[in-house]
Amino acid sequence: MEKIKITKDEVAYVAHLARLSFGEEEMGRFTSQLNDILLYMEKLSEVDTTGVEPMTHAIAQKNAFRSDTVDSSLPSEISLANAPAARGNCFEVPKVIE
Amino acid sequence: MELYELTVHVLQDKLRAGETTSAEITASVFGRIDAVEKNVRAYITLMRESALAEAARADEKIKKGEIGALTGIPLALKDIYCTKGVRTTCGSRILHNFIPPYDATVVEKLRAAGAVFTGKTNMDEFAMGSSTETSFFGVTRNPWDLERIPGGSSGGSAAAVAAGECIAAFGSDTGGSIRQPAALCGVVGMKPTYGRVSRYGLIAFASSLDQIGPFTKDVEDAAILMNVIAGYDPRESTSVPEPVPDYREFLGRGIEGWTVGIPKEYFIAGIDPEVEAAVRRAITVVEQAGARCIEVSLPHTEYCLAVYYVIAPAEASSNLARYDGVKYGFRSEENRDLLDMYKKTRSAGFGAEVKRRIMIGTYALSSGYYDAYYKKASQVRALIKRDFDRVFTDCDALLTPTAPTPAFKVGEKTDDPMQMYLSDIFTISTNLAGIPGISVPCGFTSGGLPIGLQFLAGHFQEGRLLQIASAYEKHANIEKRRPSL
Amino acid sequence: MQYEPVIGLEVHAQLLTEAKIFCGCSAKFGASPNTHTCPICLGMPGVLPVLNKKVVEFMMKMALATNCRINRECDFARKNYFYPDLPKGYQISQYAHPPAEHGWIEVEHNGGKKRIGITRIHMEEDAGKLMHDEYNPVSHVDLNRTGVPLIEIVSEPDIRGAEEAAAYLRRLHEILVYLEICDGNMEEGSFRCDANVSLRPAGTEAFGTRTELKNMNSFRNVQRALEYEIKRQQYVLEGGGQVIQESRLWDDTAGVSHSMRSKEEAHDYRYFPDPDLVPVVIDDAWIEAVRATLPELPLEKRERFVRDYQIPAYDAGVLTASRTLADYYEEVVRLSGEPKIASNWVMGDVLRFLNEDKKEIRDCPITPAALAEMIKLIQAGTISGKMAKEVVEAMYRTGNSPETIIKEKGLVQITDEGALAATVAEMIGKNPEQVAQYRAGKEKVFGFFVGQVMKATQGKANPQLINDLLKKMLAG
Repeated sequence: MEKIKITKDEVAYVAHLARLSFGEEEMGRFTSQLNDILLYMEKLSEVDTTGVEPMTHAIAQKNAFRSDTVDSSLPSEISLANAPAARGNCFEVPKVIE
Repeated sequence: MELYELTVHVLQDKLRAGETTSAEITASVFGRIDAVEKNVRAYITLMRESALAEAARADEKIKKGEIGALTGIPLALKDIYCTKGVRTTCGSRILHNFIPPYDATVVEKLRAAGAVFTGKTNMDEFAMGSSTETSFFGVTRNPWDLERIPGGSSGGSAAAVAAGECIAAFGSDTGGSIRQPAALCGVVGMKPTYGRVSRYGLIAFASSLDQIGPFTKDVEDAAILMNVIAGYDPRESTSVPEPVPDYREFLGRGIEGWTVGIPKEYFIAGIDPEVEAAVRRAITVVEQAGARCIEVSLPHTEYCLAVYYVIAPAEASSNLARYDGVKYGFRSEENRDLLDMYKKTRSAGFGAEVKRRIMIGTYALSSGYYDAYYKKASQVRALIKRDFDRVFTDCDALLTPTAPTPAFKVGEKTDDPMQMYLSDIFTISTNLAGIPGISVPCGFTSGGLPIGLQFLAGHFQEGRLLQIASAYEKHANIEKRRPSL
Repeated sequence: MQYEPVIGLEVHAQLLTEAKIFCGCSAKFGASPNTHTCPICLGMPGVLPVLNKKVVEFMMKMALATNCRINRECDFARKNYFYPDLPKGYQISQYAHPPAEHGWIEVEHNGGKKRIGITRIHMEEDAGKLMHDEYNPVSHVDLNRTGVPLIEIVSEPDIRGAEEAAAYLRRLHEILVYLEICDGNMEEGSFRCDANVSLRPAGTEAFGTRTELKNMNSFRNVQRALEYEIKRQQYVLEGGGQVIQESRLWDDTAGVSHSMRSKEEAHDYRYFPDPDLVPVVIDDAWIEAVRATLPELPLEKRERFVRDYQIPAYDAGVLTASRTLADYYEEVVRLSGEPKIASNWVMGDVLRFLNEDKKEIRDCPITPAALAEMIKLIQAGTISGKMAKEVVEAMYRTGNSPETIIKEKGLVQITDEGALAATVAEMIGKNPEQVAQYRAGKEKVFGFFVGQVMKATQGKANPQLINDLLKKMLAG
């Protein structure tokens, strides 16, 4: 890992990926906090992991399946009951600007 | 003693003997809530009416002799479990008005066992925290000292049990979020093996680390609750079809001839000296109970925190992407367009700690950094697990402190995230390896704050874990104090 | 400078399972909005996915049918991005460890056969539908389609032209439909195609910059879009410019593609293994069990028809357009023993009637047994070919058997030589001038006599018999 600090621009890019926005002051604070945290993570490069398979699951399970059967779906009113905005039977959102 | 002060097993005896009713117990618990909740603030949502109705139904059943595993016992649920028809917030503004149309599997099981639900307890937002200070709904106080935090993220549940605001409670543990608050609040808290208890309906923080577990006043209660919640669930792909024993059978067996490992890496500079002293006393107790304590090594311990703080935020950043204001929950007003809505909703809906972790996680998974962070952390995680596998070939269990310090003051660590993260230093490894762990009270500081002792065992050895916890509890005979609320 | 197009195609096929890929909602198309949804496919807090086993089996069928190697173990990955039709904020797909790779199919093109490689096939979930409101600055989201199972089939960049691309798609499409794992309906979106196109100087190896083409919803669209893109890139390159790597949307009405301008840079999907799903392990026993369920594939069937039934390749092509049609035809052959004749009747009259009525072969009122019976009657001489045309139409319209119809219409062909000989003799007797003309060498007059006999017998006489008798009796 060559980079050991995260710049404000990178923070802005990551924020955009995560659909978050920060004010100027917050941005500054976040950048320095993230810096500290990422520096701490550098520790990991000390460990020799040659030939070690990355571990995704703590317990090795395989082939967890369900059968091809239709259970009952929710009535649409219930699916939409928590919707911040809905019209007819659909969720409503502001338009995407292409 | 008041009814609210008693344990599940004592109350069950009384119910069976007709000495009390669920209505009386529930009334006692709510009476206590009315008295102390304004100071402890353990709950986000109280379920008084439904609880009284459930208690009445429970009493009907008991009269007919239909006594289930938990009939009539008032329990609290961390507000991270989906409860059908009852607001479930996960401590966050972004779910402040979310009413799930379904119950989590664990909730279904508890209902089927006859439990009475007192309410949804407070927690660090999205389970990210070690102090229950990041909840949108306010800070929960440690019943032992209202100026201090109860630990987190399941601080509300821990505090509720300690304060008598429920007979027992449930929380979730991703990096210590049951065990650490249990230690800081002087109660028993247990994290089962990953895959032992269904995660279906548990609002996800870090999917490969999250587990559900109980907070209780003693080890026997933990065994009772584990009997109800453990078991395979076909609705969770990572659920393990391992048969569930009767955990109560392990309680009286004792630990004669056991080998208990003391990992040397867990006794580092930075532990509060009183905590260390209490744990060393515990080692003596364990030896008096007939076990042999040996020093062992878990060489990758120093990397646990870094591994955790890559993997957990990475998984969380993805798990929390669904909170976008489209289908449920909070949505910002006055949005110029879709992108504006996403950003405003998520920035206003999430608190600072959640945003910080989403940022770390997004970064760790992003193009160019995936190998160096996420992949690397996953590899080191495998080595951490190997350490435990190796140690458990020689040891029946491990003994460690649960938390490096007793409860700290509200606001003491909120400015320095790294400081806060260090509170999890002894509990994190357990989640990374997927093994079960339990925290039991082992004494008090000179200032009267509880200290917790942690036992760890191998995969699916919950029975043996309860066995040693129960043996320790009996032999240590820690003074039963009550917080002065 | 001669440029060679290099084309790769990505097909997404919706699978014909009953339920969605990770939950128990129905996967059927066309339901009222948000009626096929549940907490899982809605992406509610706390829910978890569990894989529908049938999806794996359908994927395996396609993998085997396209000669892929099925990997022993595969896993799922999350593809993270934000869009209203993606409730979880990520799509569950497969990335680093796909289940099937390194396959190929044979495509018939330009009179020859070419092998197009298949890089990989994997499983993933579909997204919902976003509908833009025409008048207000809002969009509406229907999540019925989220979680419908898809397989993504990625071809190697082996395709070298627009026509070839269409041929590849048709082949892939027919295999999917034959396997009964996809209904292949491009209008309804159950078969979708995106293309990657680049140009390189003919004879070179290095790949040029490629563009992605989207929104082509018919085979013709794909061909037109590719033709346009190839020309467009050629124009850019010949002008000394650079092709920009971008996604372009095909506008079929205008006949052009537009660059998809977007505020974002290339998506960073942050793929990582989905911790909520466990790996799928496929052993040899499972592979063989699925292989045993594979039907004969279209290409093999066509080749067999040509070989065993001695019919032309074109006919074989028409008759194998669907499995049902091919099975229908074969049943007729089995019962009648006349493959060439059966093929004429099926391809001709039967399909014509069905097309006129926009009916499917499965709804054909003429059963294979009935058609076979009719063919046998023709061969026996009971009815003539001409009469049969009338019979077959009546069979179609009424669903009755050939016997019933023949009786009703009194269409039995006259084959009694004696009776016919009498009629022939009569005609000869009545037309002495024509007889003389014929005997003098005017061969055309023969037709006149045939006509006369036919008229006298109301068209029921067996033509072959008329010919034989006339020849004999006119010879003098």
